[in-house]
Formats: sequence, C-alpha cells, structure tokens
Amino acid sequence: MAKIELSVNGKTHAIEADADMPLLYALRGDLGLNNPKFGCGLAQCGACTVLVDGQPVRSCITPVDSVGAGKITTLAGISEGKAKKVQDAFIAEEVPQCGYCLNGWMLTAAAFLETTPKPNDAQIREALTGLKCRCGTHMAIIRAVKRAALA
Amino acid sequence: MNIASNRRSFLAGLGALTISVALPGQKARAASFGVEKRPPLDPKNLSSYITINADGSVHAYWGKMDMGQGTDLGVAQMVAEELDLPVDRVQVLQGDSGTSVNQGGASGSTGIQNGGVTLASAAAEARYQLIELASRQLNVPAADLTVTNGVVHAKADPARKASYADLIGGRFFDTQLEWNGQMGNGLFVKGKGQRKAVSEYKVIGTSPARRDSPMKILGTVDYVTDIKVPGMVHARVIRPPVAGAVPTAVDEASVKGIPGVQIVREKGFLAVVAPREYDAVKAMKALKVTWSDSKPNFPGDKGVYDHIRKAPVLAKGAAKDEGDVEATFASAARVIEATYEWPFQSHASMGPACAVVQITPEGATLWTGSQKPHFAGDGVADILGLPKDKVRAIWAPGPGSYGRNDAGDAAAEAAVIAKMIGKPVRVIGTRADGTAWDPKGPASVHTVRAALDKDGKVLAQHFHSKGFSRLDVSSNESAIHDTLVGQQMDVPLKPTHIFATPEESYRFTAKRKSWETVPPLLERASPLRGAHLRDPLGPQIHFASECFIDETALATNQDPVDFRLQYLRDPRDQAVVKAAAEKAGWRKRTSARKQVNGDIASGQGIAYAQRNGTRVAVVAEVEVNMKTGKVWGRRFVVAHDSGLIINPKQLIATVEGNVVQGLSRALWEEVKFDANNVTSVDWETYPILDITEAPESIECVLIDMPNVAPTGAGEASMRPLAAAVGNAIYDATGVRLRQAPFTPDRVRAGMA
Ligand code: FES
Ligand code: FES
Repeated sequence: MAKIELSVNGKTHAIEADADMPLLYALRGDLGLNNPKFGCGLAQCGACTVLVDGQPVRSCITPVDSVGAGKITTLAGISEGKAKKVQDAFIAEEVPQCGYCLNGWMLTAAAFLETTPKPNDAQIREALTGLKCRCGTHMAIIRAVKRAALA
Repeated sequence: MNIASNRRSFLAGLGALTISVALPGQKARAASFGVEKRPPLDPKNLSSYITINADGSVHAYWGKMDMGQGTDLGVAQMVAEELDLPVDRVQVLQGDSGTSVNQGGASGSTGIQNGGVTLASAAAEARYQLIELASRQLNVPAADLTVTNGVVHAKADPARKASYADLIGGRFFDTQLEWNGQMGNGLFVKGKGQRKAVSEYKVIGTSPARRDSPMKILGTVDYVTDIKVPGMVHARVIRPPVAGAVPTAVDEASVKGIPGVQIVREKGFLAVVAPREYDAVKAMKALKVTWSDSKPNFPGDKGVYDHIRKAPVLAKGAAKDEGDVEATFASAARVIEATYEWPFQSHASMGPACAVVQITPEGATLWTGSQKPHFAGDGVADILGLPKDKVRAIWAPGPGSYGRNDAGDAAAEAAVIAKMIGKPVRVIGTRADGTAWDPKGPASVHTVRAALDKDGKVLAQHFHSKGFSRLDVSSNESAIHDTLVGQQMDVPLKPTHIFATPEESYRFTAKRKSWETVPPLLERASPLRGAHLRDPLGPQIHFASECFIDETALATNQDPVDFRLQYLRDPRDQAVVKAAAEKAGWRKRTSARKQVNGDIASGQGIAYAQRNGTRVAVVAEVEVNMKTGKVWGRRFVVAHDSGLIINPKQLIATVEGNVVQGLSRALWEEVKFDANNVTSVDWETYPILDITEAPESIECVLIDMPNVAPTGAGEASMRPLAAAVGNAIYDATGVRLRQAPFTPDRVRAGMA
C-alpha cells in the first residue's frame, strides 16, 4: 500500500492504495466519486472515462499512482470550456437512455472539440470510434456533438 | 451515497428521482378528506397509484419501469391529463416495491399500453373524487364544476373554487377501485371517474422535457452500482472455465494475503467477498479452484443449426390454421421454400449487473437495476425464506436493460451471499458476466414454404420454427430456479418450453404457423440458457418471415411493396407499408437492382411486422462494400403506428434506439461458443455497432391514431429491422443471406 494524492474536480485527496490499483477504484471506492462507471475493465468501452489534464483517460486500466499531479475531472466536476458545452448540448438533445455510457462520449467529445472546433460528421464519428453505447443513442450523440461545436 | 434504512433518507437517497417531497415549513392542511396515513399498498386502493401532496402536486406510483426511453414521462403526461394539471406537477415514482404495486416492471412494451392506462384510470377516479368533494364543499352540483390547473371551480363562477391542495393535500385517498384481480402486466383498475375524451387532450401528444437526462448528464444521479450501505462488503462471483463444472476444491491460501477476504461456497456456487472492492477483484483473480470434470459437448456456434435440426422436439405449438393447408399445398403448381438461421445473442448491457442486499431483523432490502424490481424482490424473499412483503426491492438506474439480462442473477447472488456471511453485500459482475453468462436470446432455424399457382399467385404459406425455448429461465426473476446461483445450488428446475409465431396479416387461401422447441444445450447453470432479449424471438422470426415474403414477391415477379399491399388484409398494416415506402422514395423492382458504383453496391429493402397491436414498416438503404463484405445501414425510414401518441419526441428516440440496436444485432451480434463454453466474453469478441457504422439518418413517420388506445413502442421497430437490412443487401448484391448476422465474412462468402 502506498500513500497517493489525487486532485479531482479541484480538490486534493489522499488515499492509501496499491500503486497498481486502477484509478477507477480509487475514485469510486476511496473517494466516493461515482461518475466514472465500470463497464468492462478492459479499456474497450469508455464508461470509466475521466479527464486528466483535459485528456480522456480510461480509468479502469490506469494505475492510480501513474496520475501524479494530473488534474482529474469527472462529469460532476465540469464547469467550463468545451466540456461544459458538450454537457449542455447533451442535455438539449436529451441523449441518454440508461446513461451508463455517458462519461466516455462526453469527455472524449470535449477533448476532441478542443483540437477540432469545427468538425464535420465523419470527423466526429472517427473521434468517437470504439466507445460503446448499448442502448443505441448514437444518432443523438452525433447531434449533440454537432450542437456543442456550434455553441 | 450512503443509505440508512429509514424511509426519509431512503427518499432522499432516491432524491434525484423523487424531488417533490414535502417542502420545509409546510403546515398541515385544513383538508379533512381522505385519511392521514397512506393506506397499505393494495391494487384496489386509489392511493396505491395517486396521492396529492400538501402543495397540490401529485405523486403517481407506477409499478412498471422506464429503462431510459422516457416512458415514465409519458405516464406523467397521462396522469396530468386526467387530473387537469400541468405535467410538471406530476412526479412518477417507479421501481420501489415499498411504494407501488407490482404492475410487472418493464415488460413486453406495456409501460403505456397497460401500466400507463391503469395510472390514467386511477387519475380519472382521483379527479372524480375531488370534484365530488368540491361539490359538497362549494355547494355546486358536480356537473357545474370543472378543473383548471388543479383548482376545482364553478364553470359559471371561477371564484367559487377549491384547489386539490385545499381538498386533500397531504392526506390520502381511501377510495376503492374495481380491480381485475391480476397482478403484473395484466393489472387494470377502474373507478367511477370517466377518462377524458381524446378531443379534450392538452398534455397528451406533447413532448415535455425529460427529467432523468440532465441528472444523468450532470452526474448527479446514483446508479445501482453506486449504492453503499453501512458495513457493506464487495462480492465477485467465480464462474467455471467449462460450463457446468462445479468447484471440487478451493485453495484458501491462494488469497491469504488479501485483506479481509472471505470465500463463499455453497454446492456449485463460489464467490469471494472483501471489505474493499479492489480486494474482491484481486481475490477473484487469485483464487485457485479445482473444478469438476464437465463435458457439456456444446455443438459450437458453427454447429448449432445442424444441432437444432437434428435435436429431439421437446414441445410444439401452432397458431390456428387458416384454410386447408395440406389440400392447398397439394394443389400448388409450384412450391418455394427457404430456411433462415439466427444465432444466440447476448444482452451485453453497458456494464455487468449489480445488486445490493441488506438483511435486517425485520426483513431485507434489495437495490437492483433489474427492470422487474418487484419480481426480483420476490426472488430474494424466496432465497432468504422471508414472506414477500418483508423484502423491499428498490430500483436504481443500471447499465441498461433489454429484457431478462444478468440483473436478476446478481440480485439472487447478493441475497445468497448476504445470508451466508451475515453482512450487507454488493455484487458486481465482470464484463464476461454480462456478455458470456447473461441469459441469451435463443438460436433458431426457420423454414418457410409457399404454395403458388401457375400464375404466381400465393395460395398458401407454412412458417415453421425450431429452436431453443425463450424461457429456459423466466423473465420474472421471482424464483431461485430461474437464477444462475439457484441452478448452481441444485434447486429443481422449472423451464417453460415455448416459442412464438410471426405477427402479420397476410391473407392467403391457407396459412399455417408452427413451432418446435429443442432441449437446452446444458440443463443447469448454462451460459446459453434461453430468455427474453428485446422483443423475445421477434427479430429472428420476422427476419425469416419478412425475408421470405421478399423472396416470394421476387420469385413471382412482383415488387416487394406491391406484394405486401396486395396480400395484407389489415388497413393499418397497409398504411405503415405505404407510408414507409413513400417517405423512403421506394424504387419498384421485380429483381435485385444491383446498383454498383466502384466497390459499393447500394440497395433498398422493406419489411414490416405487427407487435401486440403496434405496426411498423421499415425501409432500409444499405451500402455493401463488395471487396470487404462490410455492410453500412445508411438510411432507415420507419413508419410507426402504435395507436394514440403520448409523446412524439420520446417515441422517436425509442425508435432510433431500436434501429441502432437492431442494426447492431443484424450486422454483428453472435454469441460464439465452443464445445466447452461461451467464448465471446467482451466487446472484442462480441462486437456491437460502432459509431462509425451508425446510420446517416433515421427518419420516423409517426402515424397518430387518436381513437386507438396506445400500444407499445419499446420493441416493435426492432422486429422487422434485420429483414429490411437483409432484403436491402439482396437488392444491392443479388445475394440472399439467410443466416444472421450479416458479417463481412458472410457477405463475402455469399458473393463468392
Ligand atoms: S470500463 Fe474502462 S473502458 Fe470499459
Ligand atoms: S445510454 Fe445506455 S449504454 Fe448508452
């Protein structure tokens, strides 16, 4: 067990954990920050996504001690920038069905729009490839990302 | 979220779902109608469905479930309509067996059709009771009163008024309803209050904002996986490497270094628990187990269709014959026949299932993502040996649910473990638990024959299915024999051997629809046990029936749309086919058009089906890459008639979800298995539609039928989807694919 500090949504937390424990368990278990979800534990779906310094990271395979001073943001910690625009657009488009997949889509889209502010349809799809939504909300997701880009 | 077991914090815990609890500072009302305490839940009592809060807002207690398609919002609209309230004054409370009667949970797309209708009838009775009361208080005959925004007033003099809050706010109806005696999906009630005429509707037919989406998007709602109770431990269940194997020895030393680990073992069931979740994960991976020698001898995904063909028949059934089938076939100038095959498919919900069980001296509480929480609670009661009313089942949003997925198994596992270790338990599965070990949509083979006369007119059709039962385990999770853990603990099994037949209205001189089921591949704790998966058997049956209609049309030189319009007898069925064809810009053809541009062949196909009163026609436009064999479902037009439309926006969202999930199943989804076990265990081995493969557009033609009671939309448009895609692939390539899914390999093999 090691003592590890994590900065999440603007607050610093200290936990005791195995250095190789995935970040997901630290956030959910130790810190009670439940936005990132366990979907696969295999980096195949995106349900566990958080932003680390603005970049989407799959926390289910990220060792907790590898984050260092990186600033972690979860859905509940979004307050500004593209991520906020994406969040607003997802609300306007009423995207979710079960909503379990949202972390991956929203946070990946937010980082993508930072680098590609005016994407076309194909670019949006390419940027989001590999993320899963079992309920099949893909059409609404694409609409929402377009809306966020225009916002 | 931490949960204590009193009602107040319990409501607070669900806060995101139940926001209109009494506001601070509200005083007891002057109201004296009704009773002070909510009467015990009883399907005959009005307050089991409708209560008026102190501020005049309404709680509607719905014993069915929304799984993210906005059905609860539709129910709120139906209740608001009958009570003459703005919809935001109605809060629908769902998924708690402690506050709602069992209306069957999410089941068979009956949320509105049955559950909403019952709530609307109850709301109409509430309005009737409130008007009667106001009549006495205001001294105005009931016939001279009306309601505006929750205020009862004289039609002639709006100043003579009493609000719902004044009349009963904060107290409870104690009025008896006429109940049809059924629980679950079939539950209906009626009171003296008449429901409104359709012409008076103001709220029904509109699309108010969804309530759950912002909370999910802002990350402020607790999912079932987020529930914590004091003293709770984390459990992981250990699955056998070979299906049917049971642990014969467990090496406790292999997990000794992991803090607080306990091994839970009962007959064939094995799990580990630990106070910290990651320790349970580590223990699951580290635990050394010796397994019994099991030889399930599965035929494998490649051999499954031959297996079905040769397998003994366990049960058979048929719809009533139309006409004299034998004689008509005997008189035919020509008989055509084709066979279609559909694989096992997985629910593969977005995350594996989770459940929390806490046993208290008074009973037990289950937190579950199951779409049938009442039944899941009954199952937990069965396991714990408690009377049903001593187990409270509370739903929290889970990782998606499209039928009987792994949620019911997790609930039972949590109950078994909690009982054995005497602590509250949270069980979460692994990815493989959700993909390899969930109950499966069953595999099947369908043989269809048509008798034609010398002019190509269809005289008769025989549709026959042979496959695994859709109910090896019941979709109600109310009995331990229907769960993996129950089966691992050797409880006697009670499978139901049942299949289904196509729902359509084709008129031929004679028609037969029959089915046979075959024995399950493994009797007990099988990863291939048959169960309900969104539109149970609908996609497979209508893949066969509607591709065959296409084959029949083209074999007799007729356009597939014309053919359907000629033989369909139901005018609403004809209307959806026409509407879809028109909107899609249907290209008439009597053979495959094979529009080729470079490597890409484009085609258009139609299919239609009924589902329990709803009718849907789908026109698919596909592009087939002739080099790679990859199919893109580019454009879909869905004409949808589910009677009266309650909420057009949510109906469209529901159809979109059906199309994408249906397309995923048509193009990609197939449970892989070898002689020993299921080998599709994650998203790599059980791929679903990627966003790069999502359609360019899905267009809905909603046919509103104001004078027809609403029917379901949750599954209907999934039903004809695969057939529309298969027919479009044929139009593009001239290749008839009779085995789903239409993977690049199969498409290439077909073109070779
Ligand atoms: S849970 Fe991390 S990618 Fe699926
Ligand atoms: S909304 Fe359910 S998985 Fe995406």
